Amino acid sequence: MIAHTQPSDVIDVVGITKSFSGKREVNAIDLRVRRGEIFGFLGPNGSGKTTFIRMLCGLLTPESGSGTCLGYDVIRDQREIRARVGYMTQKFSFYEDLSIRENLDFIARLYAVENRRQAVDASIERLGFQGRSGQLAGELSGDWKQRLALATCLIHSPQLLLLDEPTAGVDPKARREFWEQIHGLANEGLTVLITTHYMDEAERCHRLAYIAYGTLLARGTVDEVVASAGLSTWEVAGPGLNELARELRPVEGVRQVVPFGNTLHVTGSNAHALDSFTSPWRTRGTHQWTRVPSRLEDVFIHLMDSARDNFS
Amino acid sequence: MKAFGVHRFWAIVLKEFIQMKRDRVTFAMMVGIPPIQLALFGFAINSDPKHLPTAIVNADRGPFARALVWGLAQSGYFTVIRESATEAEAARLLQLGTVQFVVNFPEDFSRRLIRGEQPSVLVEADATDPAATGPALSAIRALAEPVLRRELTGPLAHLRKTLSPIDVQVHAHYNPENITQYNVVPGLMGVVLTMTMIIITALAITRERERGTMETLLATPVRPFEVMSGKILPYIMVGYLQASLILLAARFLFHVPMVGSLPLLYAVALPFIAANLAVGITFSTIARNQLQAIQMAFFFFLPSILLSGFMFPFRGMPGWAQGIGACLPLTHFLRIVRGILLKGNSLTEIAPELWPIILFMTVALTVGLRRYRQTLD
Repeated sequence: MIAHTQPSDVIDVVGITKSFSGKREVNAIDLRVRRGEIFGFLGPNGSGKTTFIRMLCGLLTPESGSGTCLGYDVIRDQREIRARVGYMTQKFSFYEDLSIRENLDFIARLYAVENRRQAVDASIERLGFQGRSGQLAGELSGDWKQRLALATCLIHSPQLLLLDEPTAGVDPKARREFWEQIHGLANEGLTVLITTHYMDEAERCHRLAYIAYGTLLARGTVDEVVASAGLSTWEVAGPGLNELARELRPVEGVRQVVPFGNTLHVTGSNAHALDSFTSPWRTRGTHQWTRVPSRLEDVFIHLMDSARDNFS
Repeated sequence: MKAFGVHRFWAIVLKEFIQMKRDRVTFAMMVGIPPIQLALFGFAINSDPKHLPTAIVNADRGPFARALVWGLAQSGYFTVIRESATEAEAARLLQLGTVQFVVNFPEDFSRRLIRGEQPSVLVEADATDPAATGPALSAIRALAEPVLRRELTGPLAHLRKTLSPIDVQVHAHYNPENITQYNVVPGLMGVVLTMTMIIITALAITRERERGTMETLLATPVRPFEVMSGKILPYIMVGYLQASLILLAARFLFHVPMVGSLPLLYAVALPFIAANLAVGITFSTIARNQLQAIQMAFFFFLPSILLSGFMFPFRGMPGWAQGIGACLPLTHFLRIVRGILLKGNSLTEIAPELWPIILFMTVALTVGLRRYRQTLD
């Protein structure tokens, strides 16, 4: 085995492609993730996020494409990658009939963790499981299951963490604690690739990528992604917003009309067209029209709609 | 609200049918298996076994002995596969289980018959399975008289008047008192091992897949062979525990004679247990859910119990059914257990039954390993 230097790019893949029964699930994705980065992977359900992650950790073999993960070839060195990656699956998937300690100990043995006992003890302590380490994993509440899953992924001190919708069904407080922990780990040099549907979580990532229909549509920091979409948005306040929304939706230049609390967000991909076509309503004086920055959600829905027009 | 709403009831009925239709394997098992098993077992099982292999030791060589041998074959119960064996050779054939019966005609058989001295014919039977020998032994007693009646003509006609011109003596070897338990209890060892080993392991991988833990396993560096062998070893130990319990019961509860070597029995049980575990593992890689795995286990278990010679005499089945039976590890293991315990067989005598088990185990393990996929592709 060649001695692998610590590359600055933990993930560096080009043209990764995978089909299932003739349908292209992942279509020529290029991705680079730097060391110590929290990288958010967003996209609608069935967009190929999970398939892509499974290819990164060697559960699936890409049919074409190449690249490295932690400096190892994603096609040839799947076993080396597996030994150094922590993968948390979408569904809770540890042994419900084993206790917390037994689950951690089992996974630690599979990875041949050195000083296993200490590692398990440390993990139990770090996650606040002291005193309940004998409890069966199946009896834990959703939050605690998620904590256990994360602890198990970390038991072999991986260099890369792949988290597939780790916070689905977790309450806001636990989610916040989870993200604090993720940021702490990233500070220590761990790289994290995380998929999510939550916009607030997307905003907690250092960088993002948006994938739909197996194709990567946007990437960069939150601001970069928002800026690159080139959307412009008006916030409308006033009476009868439902009727107003119905009137505005078919108007040329308007891409989205979305209720947002007591206001409407009217978004277009061309600022000039949006302004000129909505001017009859703006000058009517019945509502307050304020220009606001576009939000990430508007950008993603816009990307998804245009992707549907292009790919389906 | 009505106490019983037909539309609500009907909604449940429809939903059940839709789910039944979706689970193709279960549906196929429910509809397809009964006719198959009916045909298989209906035609295969016969509690009046015929054409049992027989060796003749004939020191007399007179016409009466020949007539009796012909009569044996005519009865349909006996197939003479060795016409003139030496006593030692016949004893060996019996021990190996190649023949079910040895019929001995003493040197002075014809002479004593003519003198009206009621000579004796010695029938030695392998009585490990009393059900297999019973009907044939009744037949031999019944056929002696009519056969000889035809032979006793002219000056010998007066001998017909004697109630029975010959005296048929039966030596039931290995199980002289024809105690059914002696046959069934050692056999149960194989049956219990087959049932539990296959069912337990059939669930092993299916359960991992159903609960999602398979993905966790696959994402770790663990190799397929490590998963397989790691799953098998604990159950091998359980298998030995079961075998020991049955042997203890056989010894102290049923007083089954144990002529042969117990260490030998324990050693040859290993490939048998492993073969069954490998079948279970293979099923569990094919089944999509635990119910299907159980169904497959039963699909294997039924012929094992019915066609192996456990419940019904193996030699009573038609050739094709014996062929199926010969493919099942239980068939061979039953002969090994009965051979060691009741006949005192040694390794050389059970070797012909041992290699089919080892072959079966190898094939099942290979298929199982190939089916267990390391990636999710």
